[in-house]
Amino acid sequence: MFKFFAKRIVGLVFTMLVVSFLVFMTFEFSPGSVARSALGQFATKLQLQKYEEEHGLNRPFLVRYASWLGVIPDHKGNFSGVLQGDLGYSALWKTQVNTFIWDRIGTTGLITLVAFGIIAPVSIILGVLAGMREGSRLDRTISVLSTITTSVPEFAMGAFLLTIFVVGLGILPGTAPMEPDSVWPIPMQMVLPVMTLMAYYIGYLVRMVRASMVEVMTQPYIRTAVLKGMSFREVITKHAMRNALITPFTAILLQLNFLFTSIVVVEAVFAVPGFGRMLVDAALYKDVATVEAASLFAVFIVVTSQMLGDYAYMMLNPRIRFS
Amino acid sequence: MAVETVGAAARPRWELPGWIASIGLLRESYVGLAGFLIVMFWIVVAILAPWLAPYDPNINIYDSGVAAPPFTAQHWLGTDDQARDILSRVIWGSRVVLTVAPFATLCGYIVGCVLGLLAGYYRGWVDAVIMQVCNIILSFPVLVLYVIIMMKFGPSALNIIAAVTFIASPQVARLVRSQTLELREREYVAAAHIRGEPDWYVMLVEILPNARGPLIVDACLRTGYTAITIGVLGFLGVGLRPPDPDWGGMIRDTYSYLLGGQIHMALAPAIALSSLVVGFSLLADGIREISMKD
Repeated sequence: MFKFFAKRIVGLVFTMLVVSFLVFMTFEFSPGSVARSALGQFATKLQLQKYEEEHGLNRPFLVRYASWLGVIPDHKGNFSGVLQGDLGYSALWKTQVNTFIWDRIGTTGLITLVAFGIIAPVSIILGVLAGMREGSRLDRTISVLSTITTSVPEFAMGAFLLTIFVVGLGILPGTAPMEPDSVWPIPMQMVLPVMTLMAYYIGYLVRMVRASMVEVMTQPYIRTAVLKGMSFREVITKHAMRNALITPFTAILLQLNFLFTSIVVVEAVFAVPGFGRMLVDAALYKDVATVEAASLFAVFIVVTSQMLGDYAYMMLNPRIRFS
Repeated sequence: MAVETVGAAARPRWELPGWIASIGLLRESYVGLAGFLIVMFWIVVAILAPWLAPYDPNINIYDSGVAAPPFTAQHWLGTDDQARDILSRVIWGSRVVLTVAPFATLCGYIVGCVLGLLAGYYRGWVDAVIMQVCNIILSFPVLVLYVIIMMKFGPSALNIIAAVTFIASPQVARLVRSQTLELREREYVAAAHIRGEPDWYVMLVEILPNARGPLIVDACLRTGYTAITIGVLGFLGVGLRPPDPDWGGMIRDTYSYLLGGQIHMALAPAIALSSLVVGFSLLADGIREISMKD
């Protein structure tokens, strides 16, 4: 166990280093300078030079990366890098990244948690219902519907939901600024973003639970349970579900990478001031510090969840645990 | 002689009548047939675009007015915020999606198959290096990668293809690798070794064709999702270059009108894109269902 985590944590640190370096490098070689986009197109050469000196942009690339990381001092002689907890200065929001990134993460985290609080139970129920009798009418209906909802792009789903609930019925707000003083209360603002996430992920997870359930139902121990006179309901809840949920449970944790994509789109659609929007806005503005911080956070979440997913899979499956 | 029959017998029977016969198999799955028909519909629309589209997709028809309502004789789907005919734009947009998405998926497959075959066939350090690189790419938030690549190289069809290839190939490589690890232990691979076939021959002729079942299903799904990716990039404003019609970009440009009640401009491309992706997914479901029956 200790060995497993030690190995994975080394891998995590290595991945974060590689990713941060790659992001740094990509921005380094992309057209258009940071100083230019900060000062506008009418800035003189001298002003640009001054800005670059002030922000230490005139130092060589590797030196800047190392000082951003916090292993060597910056242009003012202080150690202020990621290792010291300083995420740097955002060129887009003109302030320290630390001052706004945590709010953004909180907003996105709230929406995600609420969404998954609904998605997990609903998709387990639907998946078990579909998978317990393969090929039944219920199975076919649920399967086709879930294929359709996972295939509709999030921004198209957003457009459909807006048309129905905002333009048509007028019972929900079309944007989610996530501020308490706007016309709609925050829970109402969250309904449409959460529904868009639900449409995609319920479909996805239902298919996964179903596939795993179908496989379990063909196992001999299920037949034994039926033959010994157990009621079908009990066979499902006591024997089948327990084993059928191992794969989907770990799969949720492995899918967080794609969840980030969905969140970026959902936040763009409903104007949510969250983590995903921040990331895209920063990338479009070439705000390296923010993109770096956000990428590191995203990679951390993705790799950690993969680690936990693999660990949970080991713990839940005795055949792997004891071998 | 005996060796060759082993190779032939190992091939599944339904391959023999050719690929056209396997389309006939879709009769067995209504879901697959529905998907196939939807995809075919869009392929036909894309091919016949110059004859089907009533107007030039990029021309501003100011006589009809800006954001003209749909379901009129002149403009079946109305006009958009720049007085362009939406039906024509949707029709021409299908060409863009149906060339870029399959081609990007194909490129991802070529790179991914090579990497996966090498990793699964040689194992050892080759496997370790390839998979480590793949894992790093896979742990990166996909969309950030797309946005960064598009920002760096600028929006164009070629760059979308490059970006999709870069991101899809590790996923394909994983799939091909797991198949290769299993198939390399088969008798027909051993037979090929005994015949003295070179490694590339064993990989490309013996292993890859026998791994095609899951790959075809995955390719189908992946093409649909690549269409979504192109749409998302267009929606975020880093997709294909305007003014040529691109469904994602069309939705983005007219999204603000949606809240104002002029829903037709954004809904038309949204429905078009959704139906295409649903088509690919249903087709993949159908193929999977049929292959399970054998």
